[in-house]
Amino acid sequence: MRPLLELSGVRKSYADRVVLADVELTVHQHDVVCLIGASGSGKSTLLRCIDLLEQVDDGVILLDGTEISDPRVDARDVRRQIGIVFQAYNLFPHLTVRENCVLAPRKVHGMTRPEATARTDDLLARFGLADKADAHPDQLSGGQQQRVALVRALCTSPRLLLLDEITAALDPELVGEVLEVVRAEAEAGMTMILATHEMAFARDVASTICFLDEGRILEQGPPEQVLRDPAHERTRQFLRRVLAG
Amino acid sequence: MSDWTPSARELERARIRRQDRFRRALIATLVTVVAAGVLWYVVTSSPGWPRVRETFFSATAARESLPAVAKGFVTNVAMFLVAEPLILVLGGLVAVTRSTVTPWLAPARAVAIVYTDLLRGVPTLLVVVLFAFGIPALQLTGITTSLFWLTLAALVLSYGAYVAEVIRAGIESIHPSQVASAEALALSRAQTLRHVVLPQALRRVVPPLLNDFVSLQKDTALVSAVGVSDALLAAQDYGNYHFNYTPLLVTAAFFVALTIPLARFTDWLGRRAQRRERGR
Repeated sequence: MRPLLELSGVRKSYADRVVLADVELTVHQHDVVCLIGASGSGKSTLLRCIDLLEQVDDGVILLDGTEISDPRVDARDVRRQIGIVFQAYNLFPHLTVRENCVLAPRKVHGMTRPEATARTDDLLARFGLADKADAHPDQLSGGQQQRVALVRALCTSPRLLLLDEITAALDPELVGEVLEVVRAEAEAGMTMILATHEMAFARDVASTICFLDEGRILEQGPPEQVLRDPAHERTRQFLRRVLAG
Repeated sequence: MSDWTPSARELERARIRRQDRFRRALIATLVTVVAAGVLWYVVTSSPGWPRVRETFFSATAARESLPAVAKGFVTNVAMFLVAEPLILVLGGLVAVTRSTVTPWLAPARAVAIVYTDLLRGVPTLLVVVLFAFGIPALQLTGITTSLFWLTLAALVLSYGAYVAEVIRAGIESIHPSQVASAEALALSRAQTLRHVVLPQALRRVVPPLLNDFVSLQKDTALVSAVGVSDALLAAQDYGNYHFNYTPLLVTAAFFVALTIPLARFTDWLGRRAQRRERGR
């Protein structure tokens, strides 16, 4: 089967700081890929490159066999198929929860208002946010805002979901409610790439774990292998540190 | 860095990007040339064009009137150079006064509100005329009768009201979380305003402030209405004697030449601030 996403030789640098180097990654449909690694190891940049929010310096990114790192590709065509959720939620503060969610389905995906609203309300209800549809983002807790951000990304039925440390700004009690949503989506077969510091969650949900160090994928494989029996000393060091804490 | 040489694919992409940039530059140039050509044709083929060219675009009249207009323009420049700092101070004070909450300053807040409401409501030209003719009529001792200073005061008061509202809008646009985190550090309200809110607010309102200042530079020409000998008065003077209005365009050119560098300077300031904060 053709992979949904394929990265080879991807490189990205800011001025003379190399953020990603020689990144090779293959993601099949229904895969859940967890990117782990210290802050600054390149996890966020990798996700942003896939969504074409950053221009890669070298290498090729294929989505469904088509090269999306080609400058002639319309970035919006790519982003229509990909959903992304950011660490800082990035909800639009001037719109209500429902308006945040129906914006792209209506303006980009050509859904009518009733269609978009029906889908949004359905998702909001599934994620326990039915009574918040008319609230503005600033009136919600962090966990609620992040669940809304997930709904907003899911509303357009993306083929690939990118999650950028979406629980990093939440306190432990709220982390659970957000991860439940992600777990449900993973079980429903959503293809996902997520940067995360939640090792236990990664072990449960991931089909592949990638350990990034200084912009390189040092190690990748199924969770039991990477987390229990890592091949590299750097990976062992990192795991000792996070699992001890 | 040193161990990396771009792949053939990357070189190919760089070539495509270059081509794309060239194509965009080409389109921009073509569209601009065509638009300018059409505009030129419409103007010059109009029936009254020969007459307009004579009365508004006379090289002789431009040359003859240039010294007088330039001399008058010095007055305009002097006016706004003096007025701009005063307006910033006045506008800043009024804006800060309006965003205080202490009960002790309630009368000051009332004055600030009445001031902005009145001075923004009255046409600037009217304020200039009232100051130039009204204040000398009071025959107060110690108050200047110099038209230059009286009209300058009128401009400062009129624009101070606009600038105060711009700055206040900037203050109110700062997210409450910024105030909260400053207060959480036990800063007083005044300190919060001085060290956290105002620096961010002022940076945000630089473009509208520039807008007001450009507007002020032009409105220094209003003082010609009460007989201050500025560039516009000199131009009108020449026009009335020679039935030629070219000096008006000369005056316009002076004003434009003044505002464009200011606009570029502000753009540059904004970009520099952005680079510093975002680190790119």
